[in-house]
Amino acid sequence: MRKGLLGAAAVAVMALTSVAHAQEEKKVTIGVSIPAADHGWTSGVVFHAERVAKLLMSQHPGLNVIVKTSPDPASQANAVQDLETQGIDALVILPSDPDPLVNAIKEVKGKGTFVAIVDRAPSVNDNTVRDLYVAGNNPALGQTAGEYIKATTPDAEVVIIRGLPIPIDQQRQDGFDKGIEGSNVKVLDRQFGNWNRDDAFKVMQDYLTKYPKIDVVWCQDDDMAVGVLQAIDQAKRTDIQYVVAGAGSKDMIKKVMDGDKMIPVDVLYPPAMVGTALEMTVANFYGQVPVRGVYTIDATLVTKDNAKDFYFPDSPF
Amino acid sequence: MDTSVNEETRDVRRRSWRDIDLRAVAPFAALILLLILGALVNPNFIGLNNLANVATRSAFIAIIAIGATFVISSGDLDLSVGAMVAFVASLMILFMNSGVIADPALMLTAAVLFAVVAGSLCGLANGLITTVGRIEPFIATLGTMGIYRGLTTWLSQGGAITLKDPALQEIYRPAYFGSILGVPVPIVVILAVTCVAAFILYRTRYGRHVVAVGSNADVARYSGIPVNRVRTIAFVIQGLCVAIAVLLYVPRLGSTSATTGILWELQAITAVVVGGTALKGGAGRVWGTICGAFILELVGNIMLLSNFISEYLIGAIQGTIIIVAMLVQRSLVRKS
Repeated sequence: MRKGLLGAAAVAVMALTSVAHAQEEKKVTIGVSIPAADHGWTSGVVFHAERVAKLLMSQHPGLNVIVKTSPDPASQANAVQDLETQGIDALVILPSDPDPLVNAIKEVKGKGTFVAIVDRAPSVNDNTVRDLYVAGNNPALGQTAGEYIKATTPDAEVVIIRGLPIPIDQQRQDGFDKGIEGSNVKVLDRQFGNWNRDDAFKVMQDYLTKYPKIDVVWCQDDDMAVGVLQAIDQAKRTDIQYVVAGAGSKDMIKKVMDGDKMIPVDVLYPPAMVGTALEMTVANFYGQVPVRGVYTIDATLVTKDNAKDFYFPDSPF
Repeated sequence: MDTSVNEETRDVRRRSWRDIDLRAVAPFAALILLLILGALVNPNFIGLNNLANVATRSAFIAIIAIGATFVISSGDLDLSVGAMVAFVASLMILFMNSGVIADPALMLTAAVLFAVVAGSLCGLANGLITTVGRIEPFIATLGTMGIYRGLTTWLSQGGAITLKDPALQEIYRPAYFGSILGVPVPIVVILAVTCVAAFILYRTRYGRHVVAVGSNADVARYSGIPVNRVRTIAFVIQGLCVAIAVLLYVPRLGSTSATTGILWELQAITAVVVGGTALKGGAGRVWGTICGAFILELVGNIMLLSNFISEYLIGAIQGTIIIVAMLVQRSLVRKS
């Protein structure tokens, strides 16, 4: 509700300013459709969509960005329709589930609207569906973690906590295996922690019982790292050298910034990528630069040196 | 099964070992089978450390399931407990973060009371909607499940709610990680809660009323039992148990998120049923429930400690073990 009001207020303000600048500034309306904040990562998406929208509107007086959040694919399809009837020049969408939304997106695209899809691609992902695709890099998230472990501790015995048995999790695992290829890094075990703190705590506790010596934990997710650290702390085990998580939550980035021994690095899978798509869409209209195509965001390794660039203390995530 | 018969079998059981109530013993037989299986799978399993870990982390589900034993015995069902855990825990952390009381120890005491009151009120809401509103408990608590979960998501804006004050964290931490005479605090809490619950269910008039209402609400009403009051109080007991679980949950990770306690209601109901309480109401077995919660946690633990089970098959094997455990119980009961 707060967001809705904020959005409405922003629209009103923009309507006023755009009248004032009608002569000098091109008028562009962009609709942003994203999933509702139902867990850490999506709450970051909502935060960054609103942050970047505000930033861009202050830079371009003629620009109007409408941010809509939806809890499930069906209501997101409705939200896309609503945005379309309001008359938008571009749609930036992070689909909660891409395939059921393809038709709604195609409908918008068919009217000549610029479409940018973020993060989750439908099975047919070509220029009939969208103009721009901004993607996070799941294989690279695993590979970056694997390469870091290979470089730092070449003979490490690693336990892995996976997310849920879905394709992106598998891509991360395959990437990790590629990352440690040709080294002595040994994977002791892989179990599912469901991207959930409590489940990760349990899995880690059991790993600690099962293996008398563990060098490194790769849990690929900042939320799960919270449970992992607590389990290690409780068992008072000193053999674990460090934990590699991922995503880029403020808590873990903070630990990296502060030089925490257990969290020396984090691997980025940033919810801020929705902002990247928004910036590029705006550049298409105001900068008249070519942006159509696929833009894949690196799974950047966050270290003590660059952590401050990725730290958002005000974000819920 | 009716109350007096239940009471009788219990009396008989005390008098002679030959007449042990197999239905009450069955969950423990299943537990012993699992312990043997676990020891075969991995020698570390039977270690005191591992078993203490498993018992400790079964505390949340066990304590919630004790409350669920009352609700289910009285013929109702509460689906909102998982969401209630998340909601009460979030409120408690927000209360502690608000810093209205400067002294950490005093603040913690106030927060504990706050959580207990919040949990009881959530339970009372469930009870009143079900009894005064005359809505099927399945639907009523499905509704409140959405409400508690939604409010939690709103409070956290989808992210996490984390306990900020390090001094508070420090004094609160032993509530989960500490131990009394070498026994982890959560296990002591489970035993204490179970003793109180067993006393209420087996030794007080209210306990007999719960079972009577669950066996046949109409007969209970004609015998002058205030059916709605009995049912509502059962929901309040459930809320209270959720609050106690929260008191142990918060010091563990010091934070909650929108995914806290997801599907815990199903685990609690499974623990109750595995423990020998009939889902249709009319009989409650508090000690069986604790055993059921422990069995559920053990199954996951054994899977993880084994080296030969694919991580993709864990769900399927957990389901199989639960059904086998139930079949073992059933066969024991038939022999009696």
